[in-house]
Amino acid sequence: MYIALIGVPLLGALIAFAFPSQAHRPKVLPITAALHFLLTLLAIADLDHAAKGVYLELDGFGSVVLAVISSLFFVCALYAPVYLAQREDRPNRAFVACLLLFLSMNTAVVLAQHLGLLWVAVEATTLAAAPLIYFNRNARSIEATWKYLVIGSVGIALALLGSLFLAYSVFMERRETSLLFDVLLANPDGFSPPWLRAAFVFLVVGYGTKMGLAPMHTWKPDAYGEAPGIVGALLAGGTASSAFLALMRVYRVVDAGGQGPFARSVLVFLGMASLAVAAVFLVRQRDLKRMLAYSSVEHMGLLVLGIGLGGVGTYGSILHIANSGLTKGVLFLSAANLNRAFGSRNVQTVRGAFRRAPVSAALFLAGFFSATGSPPFGPFVSELAIVRAAFGGGHLVVGALLLALLAITFMGMATTVLAAVQGEPATSPVDAPQTYRDTFFSTAPIMACLLVVLMLGLAIPEPVAAVLARATAQIEGAP
Amino acid sequence: MTSSVDLLLVLVVLTNFLAVGTSRLRVCIRASAMQGMMLAMLPLLAHREAGWRAFVLAGGTALLKGWLIPRLLMDAIREVRIGREVTPFLGFVPSLVICAIGTALALVFSDRMPLAPEHVSSLYVSTALSGLLSGFIILVARRKAIMQVVGYVLVENGIFVFGLLLIEAMPFMVEVGVLLDLFAGIFIMGIVLNHIRNEFESLDTAHLADLKED
Repeated sequence: MYIALIGVPLLGALIAFAFPSQAHRPKVLPITAALHFLLTLLAIADLDHAAKGVYLELDGFGSVVLAVISSLFFVCALYAPVYLAQREDRPNRAFVACLLLFLSMNTAVVLAQHLGLLWVAVEATTLAAAPLIYFNRNARSIEATWKYLVIGSVGIALALLGSLFLAYSVFMERRETSLLFDVLLANPDGFSPPWLRAAFVFLVVGYGTKMGLAPMHTWKPDAYGEAPGIVGALLAGGTASSAFLALMRVYRVVDAGGQGPFARSVLVFLGMASLAVAAVFLVRQRDLKRMLAYSSVEHMGLLVLGIGLGGVGTYGSILHIANSGLTKGVLFLSAANLNRAFGSRNVQTVRGAFRRAPVSAALFLAGFFSATGSPPFGPFVSELAIVRAAFGGGHLVVGALLLALLAITFMGMATTVLAAVQGEPATSPVDAPQTYRDTFFSTAPIMACLLVVLMLGLAIPEPVAAVLARATAQIEGAP
Repeated sequence: MTSSVDLLLVLVVLTNFLAVGTSRLRVCIRASAMQGMMLAMLPLLAHREAGWRAFVLAGGTALLKGWLIPRLLMDAIREVRIGREVTPFLGFVPSLVICAIGTALALVFSDRMPLAPEHVSSLYVSTALSGLLSGFIILVARRKAIMQVVGYVLVENGIFVFGLLLIEAMPFMVEVGVLLDLFAGIFIMGIVLNHIRNEFESLDTAHLADLKED
């Protein structure tokens, strides 16, 4: 089962790579994605009865992240053929193959139950994403790819050093050579405290770079801005979630090893730093996709903040993985539609989107409300839980700052988004020939994504709630 | 035995300084090549207990870090005919000063960290951190993409030195980690370098400055 989850997209990647027809190759995407999604649902339904794996296993926390990655990829895969059909001039062999490889490696991150294997899988997602960011093959996209690679590789290198530190802390105490998470968690006394703390610092910086936590976020606006919308959505909802999962896996070990308070204070600090940086850059941001990148920095900050605060915040964070991941799907894909309708991502050009692409504009607006935590969408519930964790846990300063930063973020994004969707299109059709129109396939996948976010905000169905509860218990340290 | 290992580690730190302090790309690449060769000698000198793995690791390191990567980088600068880093973001003297202060702090840090009884030489930890820091300085302070790749190699070398402490206990983790990371990273960076060259006909990352917040 676990092998199939990783293997199906890998096989899809090989087929896509060998596929001769440029026009039909993108169709591999929805087929593989549907299969992967189906397998994911089966694996989650079977969580209690599944055979226990050693190196690969799906657990409660993993199933939340896997469900988000798989459904987001499914949505993007349904959207992709239309997008690629409009970009016929670009060779898409490497692009389609790397998308599927990317899915496969992200699945591997989720399933990995070994410190070293986890790291290898995260490294592989980094490398698989580089050709995706470079899809447009111009000067700006190469700059973004270079920054992404250099910063990402250094981040991954730091995570490797952190993993080695963690290994050394085990080696010091126990001469134990197993780095399976189960074994590490089963021996809470078996760590050398100074090395464990040093390990967490390096790991949080390393995996935090992949998540895009401030101040390691600098690659994010460039990469998200220059990459196609699908890639932006998958990086913001997929890689970021799997990097968060990697961070949580090591956080669990560090917590079990008695360094929980230290780790949580680091997480709270980084979370607040990310929220603050995002708020500053979101105000007067004129580029739609860069705005989404900073919004993603904000959401990553919320994720680690919730874990750092503990209590009901843990549940909030886990719910927020789903909410923010799927909301990012809505925002990036609808922004990609607007981008094509106007031939620009800058709000100086993108004006009056309701006139030119009404459905995409409405979806973009709804995505904005969702991303900023407005009811009735899912992020409202999860952000509320995190705010409650701050005040409930007695972190009054953190709570007050958090509310202020959320308000600034809302206002900053509102200025940009409302300017883009309202009013009259500024350019005459002669300047920018209108090649894009809302069609079923360019909007329906986004709508499906939005409906799920809406559902998570209104009423969480029983099976979903059970999986969320399971994941929460796992992070809180129940066996 | 221990003294020769320590001597080697000190030489590794000196090559870091050489790479940080030079404006000539050729010297910088040579420094990383020399460092690669020294690192290849370490498993043979001090980690014989790892058995055949020590030889594999030494051979792989010498081949990759001492020969292949420096050679690819040399080829790259020959083709675009660039010799010097003329206008670094941070001058060479300040870089060296930061590097020296950082190395001193690394020594202090590693003194405070407990080590397993068989790892009496604390120079491993400080050499590793010094390599990490030198790599960072080059990554952020130099404009040329080639220099940045060398910086990345130095970071990896630092991690390799620390990894040697675990080579007997968990050889696979260390080997896979260090060699895969370096090889895959450099491989993809090489491809992108190629595209940068085609796009701008130069390897100066100052061209890569369109994407900034206004």
